Amino acid sequence: MGRYLLQRLVTLIAILFVVSIGSFYLIHLLPGDPAFLILGFNYNPVTKAVLDAQLGLNQPIYLQYFTWIGHVFHGNLGTSFISHQPVLKTILRAIPIDLEMIVISQIIAFGAAIPLAMRSARRPDSTLDRLLSAGSFILLSVPGFIVIVLLVLIVSVKLGVPNTGPSTYVPFMENPFQNLSSLLLPSITLAVGSFVLYFRVLRSDLTGVLQEEFITMARSKGISQRRIMWRHAFRPASVSLLGSAGVNIGGLLASGFIVQFLLAIPGIGFILVGAINTSDYLLVQGVVLFVSGSVVLVNFLFDFIIFFVDPRISRD
Amino acid sequence: MTKQPRFNKILLKLGRDASNNAMMKPEKKKPLGILFWVCVGWIILNVLLAVFASFLPLIDPLYQNYDAVNSGPGLHHLLGTDDLGRDILSRIIFGSRVSIFVSFGAMSIAFLVGVPTSMLASLRRGRFDKILTTVMYSFLAFPAIIATISVLSFWVPRNLAKVIIVVGIFSIPLVYRVIRTASLAVAGREYVTAAKVQGATDRRILIREILPNITPILVSFLLIGIAQVVALEGALAFLGLSINPPTPSWGNMINEARTVLDVNPWLVIFPSIALVLFILSLNFIGDRLRNHFDVAEVKI
Repeated sequence: MGRYLLQRLVTLIAILFVVSIGSFYLIHLLPGDPAFLILGFNYNPVTKAVLDAQLGLNQPIYLQYFTWIGHVFHGNLGTSFISHQPVLKTILRAIPIDLEMIVISQIIAFGAAIPLAMRSARRPDSTLDRLLSAGSFILLSVPGFIVIVLLVLIVSVKLGVPNTGPSTYVPFMENPFQNLSSLLLPSITLAVGSFVLYFRVLRSDLTGVLQEEFITMARSKGISQRRIMWRHAFRPASVSLLGSAGVNIGGLLASGFIVQFLLAIPGIGFILVGAINTSDYLLVQGVVLFVSGSVVLVNFLFDFIIFFVDPRISRD
Repeated sequence: MTKQPRFNKILLKLGRDASNNAMMKPEKKKPLGILFWVCVGWIILNVLLAVFASFLPLIDPLYQNYDAVNSGPGLHHLLGTDDLGRDILSRIIFGSRVSIFVSFGAMSIAFLVGVPTSMLASLRRGRFDKILTTVMYSFLAFPAIIATISVLSFWVPRNLAKVIIVVGIFSIPLVYRVIRTASLAVAGREYVTAAKVQGATDRRILIREILPNITPILVSFLLIGIAQVVALEGALAFLGLSINPPTPSWGNMINEARTVLDVNPWLVIFPSIALVLFILSLNFIGDRLRNHFDVAEVKI
């Protein structure tokens, strides 16, 4: 057991190392002198000296990496030359919005997927099962950015539901009700994609588990359907559900970019797109590092949970 | 007494399962169905329209007709016009070029690199396989969209070739995983061992023994992969990271339409339908082919 977790931890550190090299090297994709492009209109000898010190641009490239990663470990992702704000501060201000969206969307997605998958799996090929399978297959083919545009079109433009359209976001502390209603459509959008994934994974695993002998055994003992489903079938069937949830939740940080961009919700995605458009490269680099690091950490966290749900995993 | 009927039901079900299994024995290939051919037809139609778009009697997709701004579907403009008076139908057809071009291009890169390496890894095994697989799986740990967005935002000036290269390279691990799993199952079969014993070269085994046996999964995954890239390109265009306007693409049409949602909803509905139908058809064909050849579902 300890061996398995240790092995995962080593992999995690290796991946984080690769991610950090990748994010660092992005700066050097810029053509010509990166300092010139990063500083933009602020380019002058003084700012250039500051930037060189920050990124170690006048050193050989491997030393630049160590200078940069040393700063990162001290929580210093640099200071944007466009907004003159520390990059980390900008990111930390935005991240609660993403977390709120992800939490709401996951509550909706799991809340819908688990009961529906159980109903479908209990009677494979029933009308309900066929309908849900076809419906989820179609939804699988609708990208998130279309879902959000159509939702905005129907709910906030045609039906005129207040506080759901673009630029209606307010912080939770200021007006909790408006905050929730403005995050409703984006959360539903993220939930749709998650729901489809969870439903399909759980349904196919549950159908498989329900064919097993221990289920027949439990049935013959006269245990109720509900108890069989929750106590006997759900746990062994939830392993791949958790696996895909881990990958998916990490990905939600990225799909969040699109809905936030559309609705002008100042989360991390909105900041990223804004930074790309204003060529605020240090901010882009910071966001990329932060998001990729979080994705890897979330994956690791779910590996950990899966290990407790099904300890047999470590023997593979 | 109350438990009696339920127990009977279980017995009945057991009996039914047993007879089902007996009947399933001489398993027949599932028919492809008419919907499958409809989807194939739709994809072919889309590709043909994209290729021959310049020869069709279409209004220039960039021509701005200020007499008909934001007009709904009508006789002159079948699907209406956008906020600059450009014909939506013609923009959708010309826009499909970008999606098709990017998705086919990116998948060619991903398959040309991913398929040979994964097949070789599954045949050779050992350290080569171990290292390569670890590296590929590490890359899979984070979403392709983050990687593509970050590289594309730095690699200026952006153009379509760069989009294809970046998306293609970041799709390699996905292809690698699926094809390696599939060819691993084949590489352990007797006929591969027989070929090895006869002294066949690796190249011969890969091409003559393994490749034909993984072709069904190769084709169905190719289609599903193309569908995924179409969605990804749409998302990139939506964020303004793909081809620059005024050249139309499905993604940037939807992006442009979002500002005039209340005035002209058709502007977002038609490109969305085109995009979704294209992806749906590809997914459906891929899924059906996989069922038809009875390939166990490989997780994507």
